[in-house]
Parts: sequence; structure tokens; C-alpha cells
Amino acid sequence: MRHLRPLLLATPALALLLSGCAAPTIYYWGQYEDTLFASYAAPGEMPPERQVELLEEDRQKARSENTPLPPGFNAQLGYLYYQLGMTDEARQSFEIEKALFPESAVLMDRLLASMVVK
Amino acid sequence: MSSRYLFQFPCAPLFLLALSACVTPQPYDYSAYREHFPRSILVLPPLNETTDIQATYSCLSTITMPLAERGYYVFPVAVVDQLFKENGMPTPGEMHQAPLNKIREIIGADAVLYITIKEYGSSYQVINSATTVTAEAKLVDTVSGTALWQGTVSAQDNSAGTGSIIGDLVSAFLTQVISESTDHAYEICRLANIQLGTRSDGLLPGPYDPGYGTN
Repeated sequence: MRHLRPLLLATPALALLLSGCAAPTIYYWGQYEDTLFASYAAPGEMPPERQVELLEEDRQKARSENTPLPPGFNAQLGYLYYQLGMTDEARQSFEIEKALFPESAVLMDRLLASMVVK
Repeated sequence: MSSRYLFQFPCAPLFLLALSACVTPQPYDYSAYREHFPRSILVLPPLNETTDIQATYSCLSTITMPLAERGYYVFPVAVVDQLFKENGMPTPGEMHQAPLNKIREIIGADAVLYITIKEYGSSYQVINSATTVTAEAKLVDTVSGTALWQGTVSAQDNSAGTGSIIGDLVSAFLTQVISESTDHAYEICRLANIQLGTRSDGLLPGPYDPGYGTN
């Protein structure tokens, strides 16, 4: 099956293209969804430290391309920081999510409040 | 023929119309959707009716992009999954039973997307491999409990064993980490999920889409 491998993966952008939706995307997607999937499919290979590394790379690339990060990205990053005990970074990421997307306020406030208790 | 019969006769064409309406495809009825138009969507981990244990999280991982690019706020799927697990609901089956008013109160979601995976996986032949993902999706308003939209998405890929430019675009770290059959079904699930936003009878453009409110 080795020879099949090149066909077995496509980047998200390519997937969008194949589906007939070639319009430019609103958000910078980078490795966010692949990182999520890898954290479920192979958690040993994708610990929170590695996820943070990959998402921070995305954050810089998004900034340099002047493209907004998608809904949930900063909340996920904050949650990873929280798991690593980095509460200042976690709090900051939750605040960013809330500022970018007011729809997230109820959940972000809940996460921020739970950090105060712990 | 009595006048009584004559009066009844004009009803027949109406009756026929009603019958034919059951056969011809109708344009999707978005009236409930427009009445309770959501800004934010909470996606619960999909119920998995297949034998592949990867299906739930493979499809959950690829659901944010199609909904966000359609213009909705999508709650962080892994954070929400963890929140449910920490609150005594470890499986998708239990999460799908969570009361809507609680979801609204605790997370603030306008709508919940319930997904059930019906097909997920590959069948390998000598030269070709076919991978199919089929899922049913239902979007429900958290205030009224009304179903705003429902439909089935499906994607299949029949890969022939020849070289392809797609290979040049392979995402490097995934290839190292995950087996190729898992990778492949994950990408096919992405294609199925994308249909939620791209098909003509799919989700309407949301608040972050330039086309919001135009149709």
C-alpha cells in the first residue's frame, strides 16, 4: 500500500478546492484541525506542549499574512496553556477569543472563572 | 348526476396536487431557520454507528472549518468535548442527551449541531481503494428546541494507485504520526463536512459571511 500514500492526504485548502469551493477563506486555518485530530488519534505523539508549539506557529503565520484566526482557535490554545499550568497565557488567550468573537463570552467567562477557583 | 356530485368534483385536482407534492422535490424550507437564525453553533462529538472507533473524533476535528467559513461562530470542539466529559458525560451518546436549556445556560450556544456517522471507512481492492463517509446532521435551536436544518452528507473517494500532484501537498507531521488509512478517512470526512456549507440546500450564510441575510 506504500505507493498509495501520496494520494491519501490532502491539505484542508486542497479539500476546499476539490469540493468546488475555491473562494478565498475568511480565516487562517494552518495546522489547527490537523493538530486536533492528531491529539485524538495519536495522543502520545501530540501532547499539549507540541500542540501549543504548532498553534503558536500558526498564530505567527496568521499575523504575518494579516488573516484572522478561526473561531475556537484562541480558546483551544488557552485550554492547552491551562493544562500546562500556564495560567497567565491561558487567561490571555480566553480574553482574546472573547474579544474576537463575543458569541464565546458565556463559555470564556466560565473558563476564566474556573481558573480563579483552582 | 346530482348537484351534490358536481360540487364535490372540483376538489379532485386539489387532491392530485397534494399527491404530486409528495413526489417532486421541494426547495428546502428555511422558515424555521430564518425565524431562529443562529450566530453560534455548538457541535457535539458525533454519534458513531460504524465499527471504526476513530470516526467520532476524525469527523469532529474537521467540522469547524466548513461552519466557520459559512459565517458562524463555532465553539472550540475539543474544549467543549472536555467540558462534557468532566461533567459526567463521557460518551457522545450521553452528550447528545444533554438538555438544550443547560447547553444554552452553560455555554451560551444559539444552536446545537447533532451528527450521526452512518458510514466510515475503506474497502481495499487490488488497485483501488474506496473510502466512504456518510453522516446525518441536524441543527437545533437551543431556545425553542426547533430543528432549523437537517440533511445527510456523504463523500467517497476512489483512489487509483498512480502518482499524483496531491502527494506533494501532504501535511508532513500527520504522515509521521498516524496510519495512512486513518488519515484517508479523516480527509474524506472533511469533504463530507464541507458539504454542509457548500451544497445548495445546506446551511444559510451566517453573520460572518458577506452573504448574510441576502437570501
